[in-house]
Amino acid sequence: MTVLGNAKLRSTAELEHMQEELRARHTPSAKCVRVCTGPGCAVKGSPKLYELFCEAVERTGANVEIEAKSVGCHGLCECGPIVLIQPGNIFYQKVEEPDIAEIFRETILGDRVVEKLLYENPATGQKAVTPEEITFYKVQKRIALAGNGLIEPTKITDYIAERGYIALAKVISSMAPEEVVSEVEASGLRGRGGGGFPTARKWHSCREAEGLPKYVICNGDEGDPGAFMDRSIMEGNPHSVIEGMLIGAYAIGSEQGYIYVRNEYPLAVEHLKTAISQAREMGLLGQNILGSAFSFDIRINRGGGAFVCGESTALMASLEGRPGEPRAKYIHTVESGFRGKPTNLNNVETWANIPQIINRGGEWFAGIGTEESKGTKVFSLVGKVKNTGLVEVPMGITLRRIVEEIGGGIAGGKRFKAVQTGGPSGGCIPAEHLDARVDFDELTKLGSMMGSGGMIVMDEDTCMVRVAKYFTNFLQKESCGKCTPCREGLSQMLHILERITKGEGEVGDVEELEGLAELLEGTALCALGKTAANPIMSTIRYFRDEYDAHIKEKRCPAKECRGLFRYEIDPEACTACGICLKNCPADAITGEKKVSHVINQEKCTLCGMCWEKCPFTAVLKV
Amino acid sequence: MGEPRPLGKGLGEPAVTINGKALVGQTGQSILELALANGIEIPNLCYDARLSPSGSCRLCVVDVEGEEGPVCACTLQIQPGMVVRTETEELRAIRKTVLELLFYEHRGACTTCDENGNCKLQRYAYEYQLSDDVFEPPAGQEQRENYTTGNEALEYDTGKCIRCGRCIRICEEVQADSALTFKGRAASVEVTTAFDIALNDSTCELCGQCISSCPTGALYERAAKGKGQCKDLVRTRTTCPYCGVGCQIDLNVNPKTERIIRVTSEVGCIPNNGNLCVKGRFGMDFIASDKRLTEPLIKRNGKFEKATWEEAIKFVAERLKCIRSEFGADSIAGLSSAKCTNEDNYVFQKFIRACVGTNNVDHCARLCHASTVVGLARAFGSGAMTNSIDELKKAGCIFVIGSNTTEAHPVIGLYIKEAVMKNGAELIVADPRAIDLARFARLHIAQAPGTDVALINAMMNVIIAEELHDKSFIKERTEDFEKLEAIVKGFTPEKAEGITTIPADKIRAAARLYAKAKTASIIYSMGITQHTTGTDNVLSLANLAMLTGNVGAESTGVNPLRGQNNVQGACDLGALPDVYPGYQSVEDSQIQAKFESAWGEKLSCRTGLTVVEMMHAIEEEKIKALYVMGENPALSDPNLNRTRRALQTVDFLAVQDIFLSETAEYADVVLPSTCFAEKDGTFTNTERRVQRVRKAVAPPGQARSDWEIICEVATKMGYPMAYGRADKIMDEIATVTPIYGGMSFERIDSVGLQWPCPDKKHPGTRFLHEGTFKRGKGKFHPVEFVAADELPDEDYPFVLTTGRQLYQFHTGTMTRKSAVINQVSPTGYVEIHPDDAERLEISSGENVEVITRRGKVTTPARVTSSIEKGWLFIPFHFRECPANMLTNDALDPTAKIPEFKVCAAAVHLVRSS
Repeated sequence: MTVLGNAKLRSTAELEHMQEELRARHTPSAKCVRVCTGPGCAVKGSPKLYELFCEAVERTGANVEIEAKSVGCHGLCECGPIVLIQPGNIFYQKVEEPDIAEIFRETILGDRVVEKLLYENPATGQKAVTPEEITFYKVQKRIALAGNGLIEPTKITDYIAERGYIALAKVISSMAPEEVVSEVEASGLRGRGGGGFPTARKWHSCREAEGLPKYVICNGDEGDPGAFMDRSIMEGNPHSVIEGMLIGAYAIGSEQGYIYVRNEYPLAVEHLKTAISQAREMGLLGQNILGSAFSFDIRINRGGGAFVCGESTALMASLEGRPGEPRAKYIHTVESGFRGKPTNLNNVETWANIPQIINRGGEWFAGIGTEESKGTKVFSLVGKVKNTGLVEVPMGITLRRIVEEIGGGIAGGKRFKAVQTGGPSGGCIPAEHLDARVDFDELTKLGSMMGSGGMIVMDEDTCMVRVAKYFTNFLQKESCGKCTPCREGLSQMLHILERITKGEGEVGDVEELEGLAELLEGTALCALGKTAANPIMSTIRYFRDEYDAHIKEKRCPAKECRGLFRYEIDPEACTACGICLKNCPADAITGEKKVSHVINQEKCTLCGMCWEKCPFTAVLKV
Repeated sequence: MGEPRPLGKGLGEPAVTINGKALVGQTGQSILELALANGIEIPNLCYDARLSPSGSCRLCVVDVEGEEGPVCACTLQIQPGMVVRTETEELRAIRKTVLELLFYEHRGACTTCDENGNCKLQRYAYEYQLSDDVFEPPAGQEQRENYTTGNEALEYDTGKCIRCGRCIRICEEVQADSALTFKGRAASVEVTTAFDIALNDSTCELCGQCISSCPTGALYERAAKGKGQCKDLVRTRTTCPYCGVGCQIDLNVNPKTERIIRVTSEVGCIPNNGNLCVKGRFGMDFIASDKRLTEPLIKRNGKFEKATWEEAIKFVAERLKCIRSEFGADSIAGLSSAKCTNEDNYVFQKFIRACVGTNNVDHCARLCHASTVVGLARAFGSGAMTNSIDELKKAGCIFVIGSNTTEAHPVIGLYIKEAVMKNGAELIVADPRAIDLARFARLHIAQAPGTDVALINAMMNVIIAEELHDKSFIKERTEDFEKLEAIVKGFTPEKAEGITTIPADKIRAAARLYAKAKTASIIYSMGITQHTTGTDNVLSLANLAMLTGNVGAESTGVNPLRGQNNVQGACDLGALPDVYPGYQSVEDSQIQAKFESAWGEKLSCRTGLTVVEMMHAIEEEKIKALYVMGENPALSDPNLNRTRRALQTVDFLAVQDIFLSETAEYADVVLPSTCFAEKDGTFTNTERRVQRVRKAVAPPGQARSDWEIICEVATKMGYPMAYGRADKIMDEIATVTPIYGGMSFERIDSVGLQWPCPDKKHPGTRFLHEGTFKRGKGKFHPVEFVAADELPDEDYPFVLTTGRQLYQFHTGTMTRKSAVINQVSPTGYVEIHPDDAERLEISSGENVEVITRRGKVTTPARVTSSIEKGWLFIPFHFRECPANMLTNDALDPTAKIPEFKVCAAAVHLVRSS
């Protein structure tokens, strides 16, 4: 490890030289085990697997050169823990502890594939050896996630070996700040945090703004329930974010950056910290970076778990040590942001795209995606699809391809009902719009939004009024309470939805919801409030019949709202086994041997125990 | 804290159309500001002209052509060509819904709310015809315990709070106290202190600005609750009776009970723009105190007995006449009052001069700014604040020396904070203590008490050595620069370091900051003046300002902050032994002739005695009678044992006051007078602004206004004086006082006028010495450093300094009647550095005895690192532990001001038995 001393890199040439040395060591035949320790795999025990691999590597001794790496999220969380083996890029899924010995013996030492650990196409039954053979990956295009699953996030050398910091070297040595802005402009990159504001335009304004110092901020306050796009990047490839910020700071003229991360992401914080200190040691952060006149450093600040702190002005207030409340942006943050100074804030994914844009050129990036939305977008695909996980797709891909091809369609043979995009303040898009393209403007037109990339798939058993209530409840609790429409409007809307789902809805409720929604959209102070009615508005727009059924017929068509459906036993299917009778806590079920059972509706408390316990699915919701 | 900005001045400023009306506004102005300035009402709840806009209530929505959807008028700045509509059906519908939502969280009970009639939410609710049953009322919104529970000053009612955040913003943006914050999220948001601690334990200064900004009745004065609804209260605009800032206050009187219920102030008024401090807002309990004097008292056999006015006046007149005929007119002395009106003071000094026949008239200015009056008159030709308060906002550098501005002149403190926080002024604080302003300072330098000349000389040494002085100003506008140069040449920062204890480099830094600023204002107060070298100190500051050309221009100057509401006016109107009204010398025969003809009596040409000299003259039996109007030397003068002996021994002592003060207890006769709220007249504030005082309530019992009493005594003594109304006195003042020549009640009715104002057309003077000094050329007075009169030694190893604190005022006669103030500041204390305290085994709160050569007091210790090692500080307001038992009555040789700020003291723990 001669090149990896503590010595600072004093020029771009030294960086390039180091990279060459590192790459020289990675021959295609080098043996390597990559264990995904991203959030999905980690909960299934992958950190232990990694330890066991390390021990195994140690046991084999020096005669075989093997490396075990703990890498970031690979995407197909449904099939975790995931292990990839080099050479051959062999993809093992659902790996458990006892499999390790076999993988070691067969694959690593014996160059043979362990069939049982391969992914099987559920439709065709075909086994896939490499990720490229799996539809989930085939349809994707990974730019922001390119390094994820490949490099070890705690080792800067891994990142450098994969052409890391070359983009930085390029801008420092050969590009004027304005040229960097132009390159990003050519890429057409729009902010990945939700707003979709053209990144280059923001940079330009901040660069032009009067006042020093200028700040760049990375928004890592990913607060959407179920979303883990930014988390995966920060955990799996922190240097891509740092390099992106360095390039942005160079373009804007900033010497200080901040990464605002949720405190609930301890691993992201740890990896970022490690990455920052390694980058400092190598002279990639700090004074006179790579021997140039450019100086820049980054600090990490941890958020306290308020969703609203993902809003840029609230984030900056929090960063200043104030309560995390947004302010009216009558002066843009690029002119007066953090501490009243020009501040450029982008989210994690936006920053992570930057090095690639510089390396491959804005035009390359602009070649991907649609007219108005360039490049790719990372989504966390969750809900009722077969393949849940983290996916990166080119802009313009249809929702259908994401749900059906990448997601593998709806699990359990149910029917697709809607896909919710854009996080809690996004909207629900129904089946008739499944062929809509994923694109900032297209999603907005459908009453939803791109957001930061949450994507929740719902099936026929999902009550859309409850979905609206769920998200409204979340947003109502997370409203900072500063402006009247959001603070009070949301709690009123929640009251109304609660009444509807309890069967106490009245004619006129939907109109009242619409009225308040309009108020919020038109007059709320920040984006949280302005979009907070989206879940309600989009469900009213596409599923008005469900609202009407709740209100007028006191019936929940998806049979989720307690009290708005009843349980009945299908006499044909009932085998009179007596399990439901035994389990009913209200003594509401009568029946004898060989006589199909009956639920006494007056006694039934709708607890659903019978429905859950019946082995013959004879208990029905009607 | 924006003052109302003039509109439509200058070309090229944005022309905006609102509701079809073309308006010209200023760059940076919001739509709402422009609309309000032009009488276009846009409903708003979270807007306060003093604060940055927050856009939280969303009520001020308007339509702007080209903007998608409604926008908030408070947060959107005007742009040229903007077309705005404020009243469409859609906008009104939005506002109505917003109001309905607010009413949902606002436990509306207007009929029992004190804010009734003043509440904006109530007003809009009527205007928009709200029905309160649109949304269901929230369950269980009982008033809960909160940060104001048990606080005497204010009460926060969460049920009336609409979460506009104005209280929080004003506390942070204007007061810079940041005592308040929101807690919780969404609908459970409420206002509190950090960590919910009790208000008096937080950084709160009890200014009550939060109340002033609250648009509903959520924040209200606790004592005012249930005492009368706003709609029924009668507001009388008058001038605050505390410090010299001269804040305009509105006394809110319930006409049924004739009680002052609360004190408010209107945003936009001059000089305080609606801002008040704790004393102005909560210090008015004294007016209705049952301890007020209601009848004349005559002491018989050592006991006060009630008397009729006729008896009392006769008694005074006869005793004075008798003493005059036996010992001569110069055996009588009068103490006029900086608390009384200009009219009272004018009449009093006229009485002493024309009726009694002596110039023995002085007042407490002797104890605060005598050295200013002398020093600045010598250097510039006029002894008053050179510039105006609001000019501070735009100063490039503010040099505060010997002024604890945020405590002694809190509202001027706000201007300094604004200058620093909003306009980037460089602040230098030179004070032995780490006073609150030090938080905002670029540089805090702690000079040892009594070493100011050394510090300033060294600063001038640096300025000249580094060629930072303004050579053309010096050449054109000043004289005797060479003399100054010669003296400060040897006064290097290193030499000053040895005297002041300030590191030389910091002195250099201060000199550079001050000299390099585009405009630099000096602010000073008692820390400069109350020394045996007080005049020297003032002259030094004048030298410094002239050296850098910082006089005679906007946002510059040498600005003494006057301590009493009308100490400026009392000086202006001749309550001084050497000058007639308008600083006209009693020794000038032409002037003497003028006044003899105006007053119809022969006048003395001998300069009279000063305050402390009078006390000493009593000892020497030269003064036989003393007439005290509204002063309390038994607590305010230095070396109290000596002062009180004098009050005890003087043959005849008449005291005219609103309370039976410590001084009144020594009197032979006590005459009950009216306080500021019960009379008409004028006060002159520290920036030379003459402002109205108006009667809001009837006086208690038989109390009469001071000038009326004096007139009766004079008449009884054979010199008829009668005016009928206060404005007639001002008319007379104008005829004999050139600087007040243009003053009249009529002219100052809405906004005061700043002297000099020589004639009825003169607009008044914002800053002095523009173009030329009053005395022609500014004169440098080189000053050598002289140490304080009494320095620490083995027996008295500490330096004791005294001063004010925020809550109490002077001898406490007024503030100590306030429940709010007494809750937060119940008694005195001595500040001592932790190292000294440790050595002497003293902990905070323990009683200690502080001893000087003149006396001792027992008081609790307050251990704090805001004071340096070896120094002690005692506030002088408390009769139970009076700082002036300890202070030194050595005088400045010319100004005759005593050295309150430095004496040698010892301190030890009082062991409880």
